Amino acid sequence: MFASMPSLTPLARSLAAALAIAAVAGCSTGATQTGASGNATHDDSAYGGSAQSTAAGTAGAGTGTGSQYGSGTGAVGQQADARIPEVRTIYFDFDRDTIKDEYESVVMAHARYLRANDDTRIILKGHTDERGTREYNLALGERRANAVKRFLRVQGVSGSQVNVVSYGEERPAARGQGEAAYTKNRRVEFTY
Amino acid sequence: MITPGYLSLCRAARFVQIAVLLAVVLFSSAASANLTIEITRGSDRALPIGVVPFAGAEGMPEDVAQIVQNDLKRSGYFAPLGRDAMLARPHRADDVAFGEWRSLDVRYLLVGRAESADGGYQIAYDLLDISGGRPMLQERITANGNSLRGAAHRISDAVFEAVTDIPGAFSTRIAYVTSKGVGERIDYGLYVADADGHNGRRVLRSDEPIMSPAWSPDGEKLAYVSFESQRPAIYVQQVASGERIKLTDFEGINGAPAWSPDGRKLAMSLSKDGQPEIYVMNLANRSLQRLTHNASIDTEPDWAPDGRSLLFTSDRSGGPQLYRYRLARDHAERLTFTGKYNARGRFGPDGERIFMVHRSRDGYQIARQTLESGRLVILSETTHDESPSIAPNGTMVLFATQQGGRGVLSAVSADGRASFRLPAAQGDVREPAWSPFF
Repeated sequence: MFASMPSLTPLARSLAAALAIAAVAGCSTGATQTGASGNATHDDSAYGGSAQSTAAGTAGAGTGTGSQYGSGTGAVGQQADARIPEVRTIYFDFDRDTIKDEYESVVMAHARYLRANDDTRIILKGHTDERGTREYNLALGERRANAVKRFLRVQGVSGSQVNVVSYGEERPAARGQGEAAYTKNRRVEFTY
Repeated sequence: MITPGYLSLCRAARFVQIAVLLAVVLFSSAASANLTIEITRGSDRALPIGVVPFAGAEGMPEDVAQIVQNDLKRSGYFAPLGRDAMLARPHRADDVAFGEWRSLDVRYLLVGRAESADGGYQIAYDLLDISGGRPMLQERITANGNSLRGAAHRISDAVFEAVTDIPGAFSTRIAYVTSKGVGERIDYGLYVADADGHNGRRVLRSDEPIMSPAWSPDGEKLAYVSFESQRPAIYVQQVASGERIKLTDFEGINGAPAWSPDGRKLAMSLSKDGQPEIYVMNLANRSLQRLTHNASIDTEPDWAPDGRSLLFTSDRSGGPQLYRYRLARDHAERLTFTGKYNARGRFGPDGERIFMVHRSRDGYQIARQTLESGRLVILSETTHDESPSIAPNGTMVLFATQQGGRGVLSAVSADGRASFRLPAAQGDVREPAWSPFF
């Protein structure tokens, strides 16, 4: 909630932001505080990405007014909410719809973004590997996407922001047989 | 067929946006669309038959006798004698020396002759029972240059039925889905071809997936799933004209369309209420009846030939297994207990046997189960098999498998004794659907 506590000092906000990113559990609801113009770069690795965080990164998503708002590292948390997270695909184990621990941070980042931008809609595209029958896989892909949707809902994202489409095994990311291809194909994509 | 009355009713339905679309449909008869047959296993019970080259074949665009011979061999019921082994090449029953053919262990013999007639051809043929020393069949058919393959398949049908008492299915057709490319750039196609893979014609192309083609019982329409609106929707398309309607566009999965035997209803899997459930839509008024109610996946319905029950896949027991829903009892019973994965069941035309995808120790294979005994038998020898579709005469199971990392169509006889493959020149081919009799 740090982003919605303007009474905090910049230092406190910095600490809060750092903690939030470290724990990848920050739940910002600072929907009005986009458009921060911080020139700091920050480590996006918590989101699995490595993009440079610059003002340009916020441009597309910002609805805020203020270039005056925030400065320095204090903008990091807000900036995370203002940019669509870089990592937009998570992967699943065979025949499972459980979100693996290593991908929770990714889903968290999207949850934070969607909460901060409640007019943004997302399509969760569920996919499977090629094993098994096509229509059954279509159902499994939907189950995976729905698992992500439930996770986002629990994190406070509005259901009206999230659409689910399953492609089953029909849109493989990688061709071929064997675990190397299968691993890349069992996935949910976050499409904005 | 979709009659004008049916179409106007469909247009009147308000709860689903309906589109009668013609433009997307492309017709092409590119040679590369053809699938070629490779026999992979011959039956040890195949009947020896001689198919003598027809008189007058030299000037014709197709070798009719060769097409008949290929049809009969592919069926697994016949082992045609090679032309080189023939001691004579008679064209009329009167010219056949029975003893000569007996010495070659031939049990049946087909002889014939073709003549030009009215811009086309007249083909006369005789089928002889060599061991019985008697004529079995004598027919005369006409064809134009473009329909010689069709004429050959009609001869094959007649020969097959005369010998086996089973109607031949050589004049039927198949539909299948193709894809080329990977990632965001995949080109999907829906094709219709002759049962031997020839005369392939694309009836739909799309940048988005196409799935689950299903022939109407009259053989004039295809229902299928298309993602062209960025999500799955069920369409019904006239094969001949390309005219089509979007039948369902519910939230979530719109999948696995299956025609009732009378063609008036379409079973399907819809997840609009949370998870995939089996529904039956009355095509006249588009009313929906929901058949299954549980928190698991229910999909891949198929009607019993008598229309009184439906087979479907459900994972209510933990993994996918086949169940039978009896409409009169509003009750589903589990049918498969062998192994942990049995899905996409299809009734044989006798209603007494079902065919499915079964996960064995080796992989995903096509299996047959007799309903009365519950005994399951694996038919295919490949291990990435899916989408079984049964010939309307019940003799063959067409399915999709992999060869060299590409999707190809394959077929196995319902007794598992014979098999063949239908590789395409390029791209992946899958989801075959064998048409009904025309």
